[in-house]
Amino acid sequence: MQLQPGPPMAFYVVQFLTGLASAASLFLVASGLSIIFGVTRIVNFAHGAFYMIGAYVAFTLTERLSGTFGFWGSIVAAAFAVALIGVIVEMVLLRRIYHAPELFQLLATFGLTLMVEDLVVLIWGPDDLVGRRAPGFKGAVDFFGQNIPSYDLFLIVLGPVVLGILWLLFQRTRWGVLVRAATQDRDMVAALGVNQKWLFTSVFAVGVFLAALGGALQIPRDAVHHAMDLRIIVEVFVVVVIGGLGSIIGAFVAAVLVSELNAFGILIFPKISIILVFLVMAVVLIVRPWGLFGRPEAPARKTPGLTVNPWRPLTSNERLAALAALVIAATLPLFAGNYALTVGSEIAIFVIFAVSLHFLMAVGGLASFGHAAYFGLGAYGVAFLAKMAGLPMIVCLLLGPLLGCMGAAVFGFFAVQLSGVYFAMLTLAFAQIVWSIAFQWVSVTGGDNGILGVWPEKWAASPSHFYWLALGVAALVTVALRVAVFSPFGYGLRATRDSALRSEAIGVNVKRMQWTAFVISGTTAGIGGALFAYLKGSVFPDNLGISLSVDALVMVLLGGVETVSGGVIGAIVYKALNIWLVSQTDLSKLVLGGFIVLIVVVFPKGIVGMLEMLAQRRKSTSPPGASLLAKPIESAE
Amino acid sequence: MKLTVEGLNSHYGPAHILFDIGFEVGEGEVVALLGRNGAGKSTTFRSIVGLVAQRSGRIVFEGKDVSVRPTHEIVRGGLGYVPEERRIFTDLTVEENLEVGRQPKRLNAPSWTREKLFALFPNLAEMRNRPGGRMSGGEQQMLTIARTLMGNPSLVLLDEPSEGLSPKIVEQMVDAILTMKKEGVSIVVSEQNLHFARLISDRAYIIERGRICFGGTMAELDARPDIRDAHLSL
Repeated sequence: MQLQPGPPMAFYVVQFLTGLASAASLFLVASGLSIIFGVTRIVNFAHGAFYMIGAYVAFTLTERLSGTFGFWGSIVAAAFAVALIGVIVEMVLLRRIYHAPELFQLLATFGLTLMVEDLVVLIWGPDDLVGRRAPGFKGAVDFFGQNIPSYDLFLIVLGPVVLGILWLLFQRTRWGVLVRAATQDRDMVAALGVNQKWLFTSVFAVGVFLAALGGALQIPRDAVHHAMDLRIIVEVFVVVVIGGLGSIIGAFVAAVLVSELNAFGILIFPKISIILVFLVMAVVLIVRPWGLFGRPEAPARKTPGLTVNPWRPLTSNERLAALAALVIAATLPLFAGNYALTVGSEIAIFVIFAVSLHFLMAVGGLASFGHAAYFGLGAYGVAFLAKMAGLPMIVCLLLGPLLGCMGAAVFGFFAVQLSGVYFAMLTLAFAQIVWSIAFQWVSVTGGDNGILGVWPEKWAASPSHFYWLALGVAALVTVALRVAVFSPFGYGLRATRDSALRSEAIGVNVKRMQWTAFVISGTTAGIGGALFAYLKGSVFPDNLGISLSVDALVMVLLGGVETVSGGVIGAIVYKALNIWLVSQTDLSKLVLGGFIVLIVVVFPKGIVGMLEMLAQRRKSTSPPGASLLAKPIESAE
Repeated sequence: MKLTVEGLNSHYGPAHILFDIGFEVGEGEVVALLGRNGAGKSTTFRSIVGLVAQRSGRIVFEGKDVSVRPTHEIVRGGLGYVPEERRIFTDLTVEENLEVGRQPKRLNAPSWTREKLFALFPNLAEMRNRPGGRMSGGEQQMLTIARTLMGNPSLVLLDEPSEGLSPKIVEQMVDAILTMKKEGVSIVVSEQNLHFARLISDRAYIIERGRICFGGTMAELDARPDIRDAHLSL
């Protein structure tokens, strides 16, 4: 390799300043997320969506209103308008779910995001929109032969100014004092006569305002498009995990750090710059799991009202019924056509995927928001083995999931250091990183074009044979995980779920237990992915994408997270519904998002949970007060 | 009557905690709610201010039934609550803690200012800008009471104000409570410590396993050593 003269020093300075300018928007959005979380304890996944709407609304307004005043007025007006939308969302949706488990809140705002993605395309169209340049900041400043856009300089100044304003707001106003008090103990604030409802609403409005402002300020720099929500939310999650959720200073420092890592990472690993950010995040998490400026959170209080019915293994009658259902499912090829069999195979594969996540969530109490990573890794594992090594199918199917296993082992190790919403955010960030690698590392993964031609061998090629294969594996996996639930390992894992502290006190190694569960779950997902690669004959980055992770979550919640068989039922119902829906409408995200919100608000216990409740109600009405155990037990605090 | 509680029942999930609790507090009166650990004193207070979700019964404060009102409305109506676990805001300074409690003046209740409260609790005056987390237990207890008084309540529910405090601080606490009484604040104070209760109270109720099993003046209680010995640990 020949050494080339390195770029001049000025280049690095400019690169640094570009990083600082990017940090401004990131900081605005991240601080908004932090403020909202601090008081309401909701990780607002829809924060990226508000950022995106802010950009779209600002685009429309700046197109209509001319002049300097028109431009800057539009930016601010857009932020206020979106804040108003935020207020409506808070009053209509979030107020209903403040007392729901945190997972449901994350999921509801997730659903909202999906709806927004379709809505902005409906309103503004699918094309990228290039906005106006900012009046007064159109040119560039010369710095030793390098150009710095003057708008970047404006943003560099704006970041610290906003930080200062927020500091004054929180330290010097009564509202700020109340918000800080509520961040610590919101019940006590109510017991001092403060109306929490309006405090929450105002906090949400401020947070959304910041997100929308961040989005609006991007239009002179970047094109506005309908995928900018996911990109920013992943970065924001990384920022708040590094900086510490709830800390505004932390959001600022981490935003600068992440932006600089991105700016210089491009120079070091042009293809996979996100790796650098990941490494820094991993280091921070090991040294300070609660972030640079955060503080250790007390173990989350179990939400009162969360009822748990004691689990029991199936009775012999129920076992027979399950077996009968399996036999009936196995007769499908006798009367169904090829299309139905392909759909059947897909459903069976998604049963595997759903039960793998259900195991982690319901048994381990760890809600992964990026479970598709391990599904997709399993798929890529098969594709690599089949296409590059040319191994036979059966070997690929056995070894392919190991890639999911390895991914789960590495990421799981870091993820289980955290719990609750941090865990969810981190798993999401990991999945997004794996996705970017698959997307960017074209020479190995084929990038967006994927890897094609992964077809099953002759013995499994016909739809009926493949269906039997998928069904058999799904049944095997489901039974294996069910056995695990009622094994000593399962009991230990459930103990860590119900109380990590007490489990540790009786000698359970909580972290290792959770890590093991994570690896089991990831490997199982990988098995699903491996079959999926053969079903589709190809592998794409979408196989590890966020929407697939959401699918898994929805399947589990739809089935019922507090039940043992929720995963299976949820997968069957959801996947069938989903395949049908996609064939019926172009606005599948809108419908799906609305559906998720509806589940969270109306059926928080899922299908199986509801059936169990109905069955119990019938049981308890016949012999009055039959057994105390059969009644849902509500944890007192 | 300032406060009337009738047939108050409370549950935590399937557990029935309070059984038909009933008692009364007159205008300007100091009433003690005595009972052992776990007898239901704190749950009674928490139920009155609406912090226990599953509750039923009548709670009439200044002639208005507040039993179904949300917590902040009950408190804004002039019914102050000082929790047992202190629950000061540890990140906030003394002055900021007081600010959280501040409510507008009330016609029928004595009004308090920061300066008046600093005169009542001189220790607090010396640490106006200290974060609540760096105060001693006694100082925190004073701050909780001062914080509730910032809301200008006409009645205060004081949950075990003497718990875990040194005798010297307990003396200051007695003085402070008597000053509050003199200003015209009605007070319900829950206590395990009969000696402390006797110093401040006009009347007393005894609660045992979620039921009121005695009500009368302090003199009447002293005349019944059997009840005292059966329900209170001395």
